[in-house]
Amino acid sequence: MYKNFFRYLISAIFLLGFSVNSNADFKVGFVYVGPTGDHGWTFQHHEGRNAVEAAGIKTTFVESVPEGADAERVIRQLAQSGHDLIFTTSFGYMDPTNKVAKDFPNVKFEHATGYKREHSNVSTYSARFYEGRTLLGHIAGKMTKTNTIGYIASFPIPEVIRGINAMTLAAQKVNPNIKTKIVWVFTWYDPGKEAEAAQALIDQGADVIMQHTDSTAPVQTAEKAGVWSFGQASDMQRFAPKSILTSIIDDWAPYYVERAIAARDGTWNQQDTWHGLKEGMVAMGPYNSAMGADLVKEVEQLQKDLASGKVHSFTGPIYDQKGNILVAEGKVADDGMLAGMSVYVKGVEGDIPK
Amino acid sequence: MSLDISFIGILIGSIMASSVPLILAASGELITERSGVLNLGVEGMMIIGAISGFALMVITDNLFIAIVGSMLSGVIISLIFGFLTQSLLTNHVATGLALTIFGIGLSAMLGKNFVGIPGKEFPILFSSLRESIPFFGPILFGHSIVLYFAFALPFLTNYFLKKTKLGLVVRAVGDSPVSASNQGINVILVRYCCILYGGAMCGLAGAYLSLIYTPQWIENMTAGRGWIALALVVFATWSPIKVLIGALIFGGITILQLHMQAIGFRIPVQFLSALPYLMTIIVLVVISRDSRKIKLNTPTSLGRIFYKEK
Repeated sequence: MYKNFFRYLISAIFLLGFSVNSNADFKVGFVYVGPTGDHGWTFQHHEGRNAVEAAGIKTTFVESVPEGADAERVIRQLAQSGHDLIFTTSFGYMDPTNKVAKDFPNVKFEHATGYKREHSNVSTYSARFYEGRTLLGHIAGKMTKTNTIGYIASFPIPEVIRGINAMTLAAQKVNPNIKTKIVWVFTWYDPGKEAEAAQALIDQGADVIMQHTDSTAPVQTAEKAGVWSFGQASDMQRFAPKSILTSIIDDWAPYYVERAIAARDGTWNQQDTWHGLKEGMVAMGPYNSAMGADLVKEVEQLQKDLASGKVHSFTGPIYDQKGNILVAEGKVADDGMLAGMSVYVKGVEGDIPK
Repeated sequence: MSLDISFIGILIGSIMASSVPLILAASGELITERSGVLNLGVEGMMIIGAISGFALMVITDNLFIAIVGSMLSGVIISLIFGFLTQSLLTNHVATGLALTIFGIGLSAMLGKNFVGIPGKEFPILFSSLRESIPFFGPILFGHSIVLYFAFALPFLTNYFLKKTKLGLVVRAVGDSPVSASNQGINVILVRYCCILYGGAMCGLAGAYLSLIYTPQWIENMTAGRGWIALALVVFATWSPIKVLIGALIFGGITILQLHMQAIGFRIPVQFLSALPYLMTIIVLVVISRDSRKIKLNTPTSLGRIFYKEK
């Protein structure tokens, strides 16, 4: 008897936890992989949600949802409880999103950074962060004295490798002697480990630190050690005012608002969006005056050219580490190649973990 | 690549700094476990210490209050565990797990308003000596007071357990609470004290992360260090000195593998990432082979519920 009582109690708590009032109003749901307070990836998605809310559309969100079986349960719960549009904001939600979408043809789904659109009610979207990396590479190539750039990498997925390559290509262009040292930390988020990785790179001679992880620990380590750094995902300047040269900022807000309004007004269509500097999905933080006026001007021009399409981050000739040609002279890499990038370009040290 | 002698000194210095939270939390948990109580809430107590310390630093702008407050918050949250397991006789394992889940959730809630605030610089001692003496400078000097305390703690703990009457009482309670009780020892009181002490050390370990090591608050910033500390206590077979050795090996290999990557060693990175766990276990198992000593150190009634019939 007690057993049953507890079972009811537990399910009641669960329903309470994820329940959302189901009236006829249009509602948007968000699923986050991290806490809204991570001050990085999830934080920026949450800012996007706030913008949707500010546009007068009701939203709910569930944070820290692990990728996997839990995700499907949460997405299904949101779909069942009367949400009309659901944003699932991490790569690992790809299969759960498509699975739930099949059972709820009237609900629209938007999956971030994925590529599977198995049903007509699933769209995908991502940002061309590599354009930001090109700017960082240009700055790093000019600012380094030791010709060594330290890169804290998370997981060996195309997204991360693309960033490393874009940065290295841009840095080589302004400084042919550049070396990129990479440390893989196999986490998106562990401030202690990220700080240790930054310190290791600094001790190994890197005087510019770059990260593809989410915490502010690396920029703080760089600040303490007196080397340059760049913010990731959101503007991290106040954590390291002297060290940060600029930040790559993910700005999801305009896209979220646009898609939410489209879904509400019945104009929503399936699509695959990959926006960059041009559309403002990738934005740059303020440039540090320590760069000098000339370099700031140069970078601002490059930013404009990347946005207008005059310059592409992956313009040939591009070679892989063994010297095989990847992109021929005068050509630019197409989106298919970018999306599946899994080799380093020439000039990057080490191997990609398999 | 530079491997001169002064560089190695700097390396050892940063290895020491990275092992501090493990040493503190594991030493605290060791005392708790030696009294026969298994508290799996280390991670939860650490994260509560981290947010309390950081919040107090922001509010009072006083690092001393922040450090003391973080220890107090560890005491308070471990008091919940103590009350449940010692007074209400709940299961240690389940209660400890609940404490960790509770701590992570509570800290996230308390910390909402403290995200994105840069931390304050924590004073370091003898910073001039650090620069002027090659090799030994970065090892011995230029650390925070908490680091010196952490490195003294295993020796103090060892002395306490082996040489003092109170230490004997703790061990007696952990080995045979019934006999201890028959000797007139208040078993529940001793266990309460050990639980609260463990809580204080875990709170301090958390504050070390949020105030000194990576001065900021972010959710879940302890990132599993509490679980590593718990494992260290077991693999070190409840010996304080071996806890220190284990923590240093773990911190050391974590940092060395990052350096090896940066230098460009052609070893699979996944293997390097697993290396700290592997090596720590291997070394601790090898140095703790003596089964007689293990028996001597293992608290026999660990995790068992004790109550006094009235």
